[in-house]
Amino acid sequence: MTAAAIRVDLQVIADMVEPATRALDVGCGYGELLAYLVNFKRADARGMELSQAGVNACVANGLSVIQGDADSDLRDYPDDAFDYVILSQTLQATREPREVLRQMLRVGRHAIVSFPNFAHWQVRLRLVFGGRMPETPSLPHKWYDTPNIHLCSIDDFRGLCRDMGVKIERAIVLNRNSRPINYPPLLANLVGEQAVFMLKRG
Amino acid sequence: MEATIVPPTAGGPLPEGLAEVERKALARCRHAVLGVDRPLRLDCGVELGPYRVAYQTYGTLNADKSNAVLICHALTGDQFVVEQHPVTGKEGWWDRLVGAGKILDPARYFIICVNVLGGCMGSTGPLDRDAAGKPWNLGFPVVTIGDMVRAQAALLDHLGIPDLFCVIGGSMGGMQVLEWAASFPKRVFSAVPIACAARHSAQNIAFHEVGRQAIMADPEWKKGDYRLHDTLPRHGLAVARMTAHITYLSEQALQRKFGRSLQDRDAVRFGFDADFQVESYLRHQGSTFVDRFDANSYLYITRAMDYFDLAAAHGGVLANAFKGSATRFCLFSFTSDWLFPTRESRLVVHALNAAAANVSFVEIESDKGHDAFLLDEPEMFRTLSGFLKGAAAVRGLKEAS
Repeated sequence: MTAAAIRVDLQVIADMVEPATRALDVGCGYGELLAYLVNFKRADARGMELSQAGVNACVANGLSVIQGDADSDLRDYPDDAFDYVILSQTLQATREPREVLRQMLRVGRHAIVSFPNFAHWQVRLRLVFGGRMPETPSLPHKWYDTPNIHLCSIDDFRGLCRDMGVKIERAIVLNRNSRPINYPPLLANLVGEQAVFMLKRG
Repeated sequence: MEATIVPPTAGGPLPEGLAEVERKALARCRHAVLGVDRPLRLDCGVELGPYRVAYQTYGTLNADKSNAVLICHALTGDQFVVEQHPVTGKEGWWDRLVGAGKILDPARYFIICVNVLGGCMGSTGPLDRDAAGKPWNLGFPVVTIGDMVRAQAALLDHLGIPDLFCVIGGSMGGMQVLEWAASFPKRVFSAVPIACAARHSAQNIAFHEVGRQAIMADPEWKKGDYRLHDTLPRHGLAVARMTAHITYLSEQALQRKFGRSLQDRDAVRFGFDADFQVESYLRHQGSTFVDRFDANSYLYITRAMDYFDLAAAHGGVLANAFKGSATRFCLFSFTSDWLFPTRESRLVVHALNAAAANVSFVEIESDKGHDAFLLDEPEMFRTLSGFLKGAAAVRGLKEAS
């Protein structure tokens, strides 16, 4: 089977997952990453998704998915149930990102987190010169209907990891075209539109 | 494809003194007499043996015995899943799901459905006679969901089927699926419990008790010995069925189907005839039920459901029931099911997560109530089909030719 093309940020995550491991994709949507992990990484991959429509679509595709919420339902799982717990583009929409991260690192040996960078230059420009809440391709919502209630910058996230004593195993910053860039941290925090971190307990 | 009906050869000739429904049922399905050497030790402590299990099969067991599917039927269901019922003449209760070109296709799977222990369609139950040839009636030991499942497992041993590709069932059938997964995890590759719970709730026990009291309050019941007196608690059993039937529907479904419409009349008649269509409908449900179901059997099977509490059987922690399970689970619930509401399935899902089991859970939007699992629910079929395809691929099962 040849690997199908998936969204670049999902591909970055998939590349971090070792073959034939156990993975939980929290907020798996319609199962794009999950299907890739099952089919091309031979992973025992499961999903959790908030929307019932997403869950049903995944199950209809033969994927193992339950309806659930990152904030409340990670608690059910035992310690070390998975090799990887993945949270893509969802951390900023959780009620308690710090607790979610803690749970992810309890349930999984590794946590993989991707999120939009709120310190991206476009965001900064819109707020500083436009005087309005930023709307960008990775943050398309109006301020009053955004699910993103806990936005952070790449540096903020590094700070949280430091505070929590979490070890950053890998950090990949993607530019506007979802291409990985390799800049020093200060510049990455300005040019990076999103970031993918692989973490483990410190 | 026409269901393959094999004459009842497995268990040899049928004993004398069978009730008419049992005779009709056994004439149209297989049966096996088990527990001759090793009786079945029931949860109540009684050793039952020999005992008879009536079952139906569809399709063929493949060479590596990897395509067996066990369908577990609900309280008043039976082994006649696809074909015309030998007693009622109605179409099979799950022919929407099982059959040629359907999700459970006999061309691909070897499908088995067993009449539960305590049932009245050919498996040993209160309708049968004990070793001394005396009708069991209330002398029959109280059986549990666990006992039903162990009898099914004994049948699989008898048939030489090591494990099941899938165990699937709704309502009480779903309870059996959960019991199977908990008791015989290595024999269950995938499990599909539909519209069920890991325990019977107080409300569900309460409804069952109303049904049982209706039967026992019927003077024709004769403390369970109605066959000795040549009577039948028709009214009691009919009322039990009427009450239960309401719990199988939703308020919206009843309202949509009947509203306040009157039955063959333009105005109410200030009496206690069935003025309303809904009354007439329930009376019909009740009166047709008594022709096919044994009242004592109804007592025993409702009791088995009441006693079901999978967590209690595992130290009070449901997750313990599924510890280390490699079974692939897919649970279904329906939004308007108030008998086995979604939260009950969710409790099972939480327990499965706590056991790090492989689980999918689909809630289906439907206003048809508990009975939705028997009806045409395209979203359920779509997701179930996907789940089974995924499981079959992992199992290495070939597509139907």
